[in-house]
Amino acid sequence: MPHKIVSKRQLSQDIFTAEIEAPLIAQARSPGQFVIISINNQYAERIPLTIADADAGKGTIRLIWQRVGKTTAELADLQVGDEIANISGPLGRPTRIENFGTVVCVGGGIGSAPLLPIAKALKDAGNKIISIIGAQSKNLLILEDEFRRISDELIVTTDDGSYGRKALVTEPLKEVCQRKAKPDRAFAIGPAIMMKFCAEVTRQFDIPIQVSLNTIMVDGTGMCGGCRVEIDGKPKFVCVDGPEFDGHKVNFDLMIKRLNAYSSQEQQAYEHYKKFSRRRHGDGPGWTTDNG
Amino acid sequence: MRGDNITTEEQRRQLLEELFEKKKAGKLTPAERFKIPPQPMPEQDHNDRRHNVNEVALGCTETAARLEALRCLQCKNAPCIKGCPVQIRIKDFVAAIADGRYEEALDIIKENSLLPAVCGRVCPQEVQCQQTCTVGVKFKDPTKAVSIGRLERFVADHGLAPRVRGDKLAPAEAGAGTATDEGPGTSLAVAPQTGMRVAVIGSGPGGIVAAADTRRAGHDVTIFEAFHKPGGVMVYGIPEFRLPKAIVQKEIDTVTKMGVKIICNFIVGRTRTIEQLMNEDGYDAVYIGVGAGLPTFMGIEGESLIGVYSANEYLTRANLMRAYDFGKSSDTPIARPKKVAVIGGGNVAMDSARMAVRLGAEKVYLVYRRTENEMPARIEEVRHAKEEGVEFRILQSPKRIIGDENCHVVGIECLKYRLGDPDASGRRRPIPIEGSEFTIDLDAVIIAIGNVANPLIRQTTPALAFNKRGNIIVDEDCKTSMEGVYAGGDIVLGAATVILAMGQGRIAAAAINEYLARKKETAKQPTDRRLNI
Ligand SMILES: Cc1cc2nc3c(=O)[nH]c(=O)nc-3n(C[C@H](O)[C@H](O)[C@H](O)COP(=O)(O)OP(=O)(O)OC[C@H]3O[C@@H](n4cnc5c(N)ncnc54)[C@H](O)[C@@H]3O)c2cc1C
Ligand code: SF4
Ligand code: FES
Repeated sequence: MPHKIVSKRQLSQDIFTAEIEAPLIAQARSPGQFVIISINNQYAERIPLTIADADAGKGTIRLIWQRVGKTTAELADLQVGDEIANISGPLGRPTRIENFGTVVCVGGGIGSAPLLPIAKALKDAGNKIISIIGAQSKNLLILEDEFRRISDELIVTTDDGSYGRKALVTEPLKEVCQRKAKPDRAFAIGPAIMMKFCAEVTRQFDIPIQVSLNTIMVDGTGMCGGCRVEIDGKPKFVCVDGPEFDGHKVNFDLMIKRLNAYSSQEQQAYEHYKKFSRRRHGDGPGWTTDNG
Repeated sequence: MRGDNITTEEQRRQLLEELFEKKKAGKLTPAERFKIPPQPMPEQDHNDRRHNVNEVALGCTETAARLEALRCLQCKNAPCIKGCPVQIRIKDFVAAIADGRYEEALDIIKENSLLPAVCGRVCPQEVQCQQTCTVGVKFKDPTKAVSIGRLERFVADHGLAPRVRGDKLAPAEAGAGTATDEGPGTSLAVAPQTGMRVAVIGSGPGGIVAAADTRRAGHDVTIFEAFHKPGGVMVYGIPEFRLPKAIVQKEIDTVTKMGVKIICNFIVGRTRTIEQLMNEDGYDAVYIGVGAGLPTFMGIEGESLIGVYSANEYLTRANLMRAYDFGKSSDTPIARPKKVAVIGGGNVAMDSARMAVRLGAEKVYLVYRRTENEMPARIEEVRHAKEEGVEFRILQSPKRIIGDENCHVVGIECLKYRLGDPDASGRRRPIPIEGSEFTIDLDAVIIAIGNVANPLIRQTTPALAFNKRGNIIVDEDCKTSMEGVYAGGDIVLGAATVILAMGQGRIAAAAINEYLARKKETAKQPTDRRLNI
């Protein structure tokens, strides 16, 4: 069953979002869950993407992705009306949503996308939401308005200071943790290294933190074990036991190394794609190709 | 007859003619049958096949097949049939082959087995029909039994091949599995619509058979498959060089031609639950054939290092996603390590080791803690693996996996083992020898020590009863604890075989057909709810 792209937008230099027809997944999904997609032919790479939002009535899901490799670049080249061959899901365990009290939500880069539905659901459950969203620079920052709408307080940072506060997200996180009214819980989604440091900050203050891991996956159903991480010294499968885990128990160093296991081949596939793809209009800035 | 020095096809033809004349005259004696040498199966040269993924066993010629069939003694009690998990009338189909009545032979097999081209290739015949075969017993060597599996493959491929050559058989290439034509004996006959709907979960061999058999009874059947391609282990696990994917596709085409719908990328338990399928989506009965898809790890130090794979991951990347074509038609990356150890001694281990050879490994070790006698793999796979240069390290097992500062595998530390008394499985128990540690330098480790049930259906179907190991509990009709829900294959048996999964698919389908007939009878009141399908 191919899935039609209903709408598509470029959010920043390399970040895109699309609304895609997937009625069953739209109906079944909960915040925190993801899908695995492969774009066209039957031997295409399968990649996991978090469901950023869904409209069960319209039968669509929203995906947000960053152009970093072959499949995400190909996805960025698709237009409204084009189809994605395979989408399976919703996968993973849904986020546990409760009224914790005050929750600090930290989103780094593209990680703000999967964080948004969780923050929304936490807000609806009665929590006070302090959001911290960060990006390398202004043109990579996404979803600021959306976060402002649902947060009681929003802190924006950029690494290069081109917008908001010039800092890494861990700086304001530390300050929030130091406040008298200490947050009851933290959520962090972003690059592995960011989640690692968020976990370290919250550990000092004894604040529990949930992180959402985005490892390499194949099937997404527990069949291959390729997504495994070490939690508290024991192997766990991100696709079925996660994707969310207690951030204080994740072996981030190992996970970061595993994420790079295929990097040279991925780079090769991406370079190949860039060289041979016919880039279509409407992409905005970003890498250019010979066929520009 | 001078059976021993038959080498050329011409000599074989002469021998066949002579023997067949005798047989027609009713004068072929058992002694003469015993003298016919076991017929060879042509294979790709082992140096060539290290570098390609094409099928290794090429299929035997018509003459060889008929000679082989003449080796069968036509035993009254036919012990071969008792050895067959689905009781194919082996003796009769072998007799039909000896006479050149191939279509009839295929029809006989299809009475009990829907996937002969698959089973002829992957069944462990040496512990089933060929183990009990009188000829093998007489020679005290199961490899000298009538080659029932090869004969099954022969007629199945003959049926799959385009039938343009009239009665003359296509030569060995007929077995290559590239055929696209409609074969004989494939029953497409479907009864009139009953208005009842069956959901089949999982498209492995059990699911395919359950779908075909329930569809034949006139039900509206849908297969739900989690992966983007149907076929189960036959497509993502068993490699191309052992079971060409074109053959599996052919079987799948047959069921879709019968009107079975296949919906891929549909994960029952996540996309919809079994209860939703039955209560909201109008399915009257369900067959669960989701296999044993959860890889077992060893629980030793270093298993999360980069370069350690489950066999499932390694084989899925290689087969389903064609990683061996990386950069050509596929963009699924796979590691191409030079020194690989595969841990385990079953078919999955052999397949992984042989796949590693094909992906360019210079050294492939197969590390197994018992001896070759205890290996559960098919004898043929063990032989092929050795021919292809896989080095067997028996009575050894890793104690820990060693990594470098970047978390890449650099070796394993092993212990040596000896065999003690038989354990519950009847095989002699491996006992580690203390202080026998040694290391092997490696850059990848593939763990192929088994698969267990995936807990997804269990977690999402509270009404279903499971045993301690996580397998679904069924009765002799493959009926589960839930009304209208049946199950079979690896999810019931634990990791087993294609033929057993097929057999259960068939039993379950018969029970489902009966259940739906009853259901229809009781529902015959005017409130028929779904006349529109
Ligand atoms: C590498 C390897 C080599 C093997 N070699 C041999 C051999 O030589 N001979 C032999 O007889 N046997 C062999 N086997 C075993 C044999 O393949 C299995 O016993 C057999 O395939 C089991 O069939 P099944 O019907 O239970 O389903 P499977 O073939 O296990 O298929 C189950 C299907 O269900 C799908 N599924 C799982 N969960 C869900 C869900 N929730 N929703 C929807 N779909 C789902 C899976 O994606 C899969 O496609 C081998 C197995 C492996 C892994
Ligand atoms: S046991 Fe062997 S010889 Fe006897 S009928 Fe069966 S195949 Fe033929
Ligand atoms: S992606 Fe295969 S087990 Fe998680």
